[in-house]
Amino acid sequence: MMSLDLQILNLLAALFLLLAFAMLSQRRVVGLVDLLAMQGALLCAATLLLAWRTGETHLYVSALLTLTLKVAFLPWLLHRLIRRLGVYWDSETLINIPSTMLLGLLIVIFSFGLAQPIAALASTATRNGIGIAVAVVLLSFLTMITRRKAMSQVVGFLSMENGLFFGAMSATYGMPMIVELGVALDVLVAMLVLGVFFFQIREQFDSLDLHHLESLREDK
Amino acid sequence: MELLALLAIPLGGAVCLALVGARRWAPEANVVLSLATFLAACALTARVIDVGSLTAAHEQFFIDPFNVFLVTLTAFVALTTSLFSRPYMRIEREHGRVQPQQLRLYHSMYQLFIAAMLTALTSNNMGIMWVAMEAATLSTVLLVTLYRTPASLEAGWKYFILCSVGIAQALFGTVLLYFAAEKVLGAEGLTALLWTHLNAVKGELEPAVLGLAFVFLLIGYGTKAGLAPLHNWLPDAHAEGPTPISAVLSGLLLNVAIYAVVRCKVLVEGSLQSDLPAKMLMGFGLLSVVLAALFLWRQRDVKRLFAYSSIEHMGIITFAFGMGGVVANFAALLHMTVHSLTKSAIFFAVGHAAQKTGSQLIDEIRGLITLSPTVGWGLMLGSLAILGMPPFGVFASEFLVLTTAMRQEPWATPVLLVALGVAFAAIFGRVQPMVFGETNARRLPHPPALLPVFVHLGLVLLLGVFIPPYLADWYNRAAGLIAGQ
Amino acid sequence: MSPLSWLTQILEVIAALAVAPLLMGWVAQCRAWLQNRSAPSLLQPYRTIRKLFHKDAVLAEQASALFRFAPYIVFGAMVCMTAIIPSMGTRLPLSDAADAIALVGLLATARMFMALAAMDVGTAFGSLGARREMMVGFLAEPALLMVIFVAALISSSTALPAIADNLATQTLGLYPSLAFTAVAFLLVLLAENARIPVDNPATHLELTMIHEAMLLEYSARHLALMEWAAALKLFNYACIGFALFVPWGVVTTGTAENPLVLLAALPILVLKLAIAGAGLALVETVSAKLRVFRAPEFLAAAFMLAVLGLLVHLLLGA
Repeated sequence: MMSLDLQILNLLAALFLLLAFAMLSQRRVVGLVDLLAMQGALLCAATLLLAWRTGETHLYVSALLTLTLKVAFLPWLLHRLIRRLGVYWDSETLINIPSTMLLGLLIVIFSFGLAQPIAALASTATRNGIGIAVAVVLLSFLTMITRRKAMSQVVGFLSMENGLFFGAMSATYGMPMIVELGVALDVLVAMLVLGVFFFQIREQFDSLDLHHLESLREDK
Repeated sequence: MELLALLAIPLGGAVCLALVGARRWAPEANVVLSLATFLAACALTARVIDVGSLTAAHEQFFIDPFNVFLVTLTAFVALTTSLFSRPYMRIEREHGRVQPQQLRLYHSMYQLFIAAMLTALTSNNMGIMWVAMEAATLSTVLLVTLYRTPASLEAGWKYFILCSVGIAQALFGTVLLYFAAEKVLGAEGLTALLWTHLNAVKGELEPAVLGLAFVFLLIGYGTKAGLAPLHNWLPDAHAEGPTPISAVLSGLLLNVAIYAVVRCKVLVEGSLQSDLPAKMLMGFGLLSVVLAALFLWRQRDVKRLFAYSSIEHMGIITFAFGMGGVVANFAALLHMTVHSLTKSAIFFAVGHAAQKTGSQLIDEIRGLITLSPTVGWGLMLGSLAILGMPPFGVFASEFLVLTTAMRQEPWATPVLLVALGVAFAAIFGRVQPMVFGETNARRLPHPPALLPVFVHLGLVLLLGVFIPPYLADWYNRAAGLIAGQ
Repeated sequence: MSPLSWLTQILEVIAALAVAPLLMGWVAQCRAWLQNRSAPSLLQPYRTIRKLFHKDAVLAEQASALFRFAPYIVFGAMVCMTAIIPSMGTRLPLSDAADAIALVGLLATARMFMALAAMDVGTAFGSLGARREMMVGFLAEPALLMVIFVAALISSSTALPAIADNLATQTLGLYPSLAFTAVAFLLVLLAENARIPVDNPATHLELTMIHEAMLLEYSARHLALMEWAAALKLFNYACIGFALFVPWGVVTTGTAENPLVLLAALPILVLKLAIAGAGLALVETVSAKLRVFRAPEFLAAAFMLAVLGLLVHLLLGA
């Protein structure tokens, strides 16, 4: 019988996976950003719990970083962008939602299989989370592929980063602090660049539908 | 000390230019900063020649013969590009294609880009290297979309999304690398991600994990290097941005990406003791060469044409690194150098040609020899150089690659020869009418800044005919380091 | 095969037959409370069934023997199900005859005959209801099977009494896999029992009917049996849910053979049903009815949750 904190960690990992699936089926862009914020909150909670369990101080700092960046700042920035750009709904997805979910299930099975040998070598208590992290990364990838609005693709990308972070946490109790700070800085700058970018796209095309961005071909 | 200057000057310059980049003397300031960076790089090189490999800042930075020449090359091409960009961007501003306040962004991002590349090259910490690579992409995204045309926005979007997704895979690879390293080196003291330490213990790292890590790292950094089939962003991004940016992206950023791949390959080969990394590199390299050679035939835009040529040459370099051994590595390092110099020279010439004719389409540029002899000759010589005509340096490195391939991987030789031949025909067939065709346009009064072009081509010629002994010795040492001796 | 186990068996069936209409009345009462209206009395379903038995059956001219026998088959399938589900005790002599997968088969039999009979008469509403019912059933069955598989994996047996035994004796803890499958089971329950958000049990509008459409042609004793069978279906589903997720209060195999313990299980069952009924009414009141072509997404979500629960159990061991 596992200890309580390990049970809670498993529950958080399972909910993390569920949120990635929920993103696949969510049509409202505002809903997507809220799901992203929830993912960040789960990540922060899991890091805090892990920090309490292992006593490593850098995990506390990491949790604080996740909280400020992924739960507070980035969702706020994205909501502000949504309001100013007026993108509330996504267009039809590439394949219909039940098929997307079935494909997602196949991806999850594949990721669990892929992560088995790595998890077998890990020494952390949360090593089973590696499979979930790989699954979330691939599911976010699927979200990015099947969406048409630029904002949804960006949310998929951020969800991929969350998955990678979770993987780092499960496999090695987080990366060295300096690397985590660097990654956080990169994500932040990427979002700021994107904000500017969206305005440029909207100014040019009057819409954030990515179909307008498919005209460059070989014999242009 | 030199290292600190090397990194602090462009970084500080970026901050300054963010404030004053719209002034009339901003391009000159840009040149001065690039010159200072180049001098710091030379000083660092002199130090390394004296002392050998050195580490700095608690081993977070590491300079050895492999990356010091890349650092100098980067600083040099950055300097010449800033020299080229001075009159070029002035003309663009006069033509109205770019607003004055956009130049502030342009100049500060240029310096930031150089700083990011230099950090990636000199970092010993694999995680910081990743952060710097991503920073390099981010600093150039807004530069690719500088002209705000629909095509450039599309190019910028593809560049951003594809490179970011690719580099996220590289992050996962780095996490796996850290995971394997932590078992052997322990998590204390931040040594688990330092390349020097990893290199020392690479035999003890877990092969299964490193194999998987290498796949992710190759896909990630390979996307940034433009290896097929992950190259889709490259032609668009290199063609739609301003020409100085195309020059540095083609000439410098691709090199840094290949550098990252090679560093990882050294570690993984030591751990796996098999030739899986080598085979993967060779496969991707050959695929890039073949695909690029075929796609060259369909190009109608001159900058896209040369962007595909970059993909082809990156393929050759990757193939050579994949073959391994001192000779092939030497050839690859030489090729990295001459390709940087030649490609940026070509882009300089092409940029002026496009400015004079007002279009980037091959069909609309004709008779450059009469329009502006310097541009015409620059483009002709540059194309000949990049196509591997002797006595230019590209011939020397391609020759070395082909002979090594004939000895070690005979099956690849016909593929390479045919691809190179196809590419030769495609590019030459398109450049020849551009330079020598008939045109009724008048000679335009813009004096082109073509000193950089001829300096680069001169260096390439020199490297083709006679490699200075210290440079050859250097390449040898770097090649030996990579081959694991 | 002790006399007590036979007593458990018979008591279960009788309790099911007796309590099922009361459950329907209770759910209607809770819905009324939540919607601030007054409901018919709790015993109204009994009165309805009694009234219907006293009437004369009217059959369409084209109705075949299938139409006449279908209500008996459906009712019989539901009664067989009550015999296998451990609602009050897990020592059931008849449970060896069929495990949880056969349970799903019984549900499928009932559904099939109901649909065939609806199409038998040849009216538009009948075919409409039959088609929609089969679509919902076809998508709900894999989800239900997945839920049972997860529970079976945890308990190493597919017989429902064995599963209930195992889960009742496990230590209390957080099981994400069971949490996911519980939600999936709830979604399947809503779909299969013609509840909002999939179907409105009180509507007779063509746009929205699924279950009611199949009953339109029936009258008198046939209608009474079909209504009773629907009530039994809800009761059975509730008891399956209790056996899988809330098994405490059921007389497990380890306890002593004592009739008093058995009698104590009945009030516990009624209490669980009351809470479940109130919960169901709450869910129905809070949700809006889905458009019919969104029902596959709803059920795909249920299937996906169930498979996720399975995968999470395999990966995390929780």
